[in-house]
Amino acid sequence: MALNRTDVEKIAHLARLQIEESDVQAYADNLSNILDLVDQMQSVDTTDVSPLAHPLDAVQRLRADVVTEENQREALQSAAPAVENGLFLVPKVIE
Amino acid sequence: MEWEAVIGLEIHAQLATNTKIFSGASTAFGAEPNTQACAVDLALPGTLPVFNESALRMAVMFGTAIDAHIGKVSVFDRKNYFYPDLPKGYQTSQLFYPIVGEGHVDIELSDGSTKRIGVTRAHLEEDAGKSLHEDFANMTGIDLNRAGTPLLEIVSEPDMRSAEEAVAYVKKIHSIVTNLGICDGNMAEGSFRCDCNVSVRYKGEEAFGNRTETKNINSFRFIEKAIKGEIERQIDLLEDGGTITQETRLYDADKDETRSMRSKEEANDYRYFPCPDLLPIVIDDDYIGAVRDSLPEMPDARRARFVETYSLSEYDAGVLSNYKSLSDYFETVVEQSGDAKLSANWVMGELSKHLNQNDTDITASPVSAANLGGLLKRIKDNTISGNIAKKVFEIMWADGGTADEVIEAKGLKQVTDTGAIEKMVEEVIAANTAQVEQYKAAPVEKRGKMVGFFMGQVMKVSGGKANPGQVQGLLKQKLDALCD
Repeated sequence: MALNRTDVEKIAHLARLQIEESDVQAYADNLSNILDLVDQMQSVDTTDVSPLAHPLDAVQRLRADVVTEENQREALQSAAPAVENGLFLVPKVIE
Repeated sequence: MEWEAVIGLEIHAQLATNTKIFSGASTAFGAEPNTQACAVDLALPGTLPVFNESALRMAVMFGTAIDAHIGKVSVFDRKNYFYPDLPKGYQTSQLFYPIVGEGHVDIELSDGSTKRIGVTRAHLEEDAGKSLHEDFANMTGIDLNRAGTPLLEIVSEPDMRSAEEAVAYVKKIHSIVTNLGICDGNMAEGSFRCDCNVSVRYKGEEAFGNRTETKNINSFRFIEKAIKGEIERQIDLLEDGGTITQETRLYDADKDETRSMRSKEEANDYRYFPCPDLLPIVIDDDYIGAVRDSLPEMPDARRARFVETYSLSEYDAGVLSNYKSLSDYFETVVEQSGDAKLSANWVMGELSKHLNQNDTDITASPVSAANLGGLLKRIKDNTISGNIAKKVFEIMWADGGTADEVIEAKGLKQVTDTGAIEKMVEEVIAANTAQVEQYKAAPVEKRGKMVGFFMGQVMKVSGGKANPGQVQGLLKQKLDALCD
């Protein structure tokens, strides 16, 4: 399966990645190669194979429902570019 | 041709855990902004989620309560989108292997019939934070306290055909999750939210019409209004030759209408994939069986028991069994008063009226169940009449105290002393000669009704305290004696 330039631009936008115009064709080729590999794997008969959600053969451990995290707002907000009244400030997201 | 609406609902129930779904930060409501958002909730690099065992148990409780298939292996997936109140850039949810599979609930409709509504699935996911757009110039404030709060998203089949059915279904799910204690059900605080998928088609048609999804509805009444309005809008549009655009709409309660949300570019390209940070959740039959055995009595079972044990009507039993807090209150009143019918009337009457007027939850009622039961006991043993009991209730509601204390302090004890009542009856007859003459002149069959006037006078003289039965008996006796 071959990806074209539009596909690559769309994927980059969805991932919020800025890519150079001159690199688009190379990305298209590389990503198409990955999809070709997936196509190759799709041809294997997996009728009796159960789906794999995780490569590790282990199950999720559970956490007791007890508060262990205290308020660390000051420390956690020290790295934020803008805060006010305890809120993180970001560029306005609604026009 | 007749139109038919097709409605499916997605309900988000916030699970009543102490901590977030993947972190040990508190989920308590109303804290200062960002004081309950830890490094995991903020998606700082190097953090990893660890799944909350209570969220799992609560989801399984819901699944067993609606007789659903429980996923013994369920998997978390990432739903990718960018928004500032979602720090990770994806919501951890369950798409392919949800914890709760197909189940069903039965709803009761106003014509007395019941209808079975399918639940497609219910899956675990995390809530996002809150964006505050109003307070800052060109900036949006972000509070991440809610980020990572566990949600159970309950998805129905498109089985509902009217706003009434939809509301009955939402109320049913609301009563189930609150009865299980897995959600506080507070719609105003957003603990229980509903998105409505609505489409219309000609009756008898197989294919569905294009549907719209209306979000942002936070009360039962608004759900009904929003769905009714949306059905009308779609029918009008189609009859005028238009087409329905598949889109997300917002309900505006002030204008009572839905309006289109500007469709976000490529908003639906969520690129789900299994979350590599979380392993599959595996549970066995023993776990599911233990959860099932631990379920409290559910509303349907309680309704049947109320009909059986207390001989209540289906309607009364339905109202009193929906919510555990109301059911518990009612049963305590019955225990104290020893009269189920009287208790049902008072709980659904005076008490509910006062709770509604004052917007008070039954758990915060100024008149406790034991005290209401104590009041009804005094009606039963003729210490006070039903009318005086309403006065006593008012005082108990306003100032607290037990019925006995109020009756004693205000001197409201019913007069049952025959001599005293007889005296009042004679006074009233002597003071109303004109009415007595009318009574005497009236045909015998009309006299019964005319006693009412004298009843009212005697009750007035006694300050409402005379025993009505005794007054009535003595009045008839004395008036009829005058006629001979």
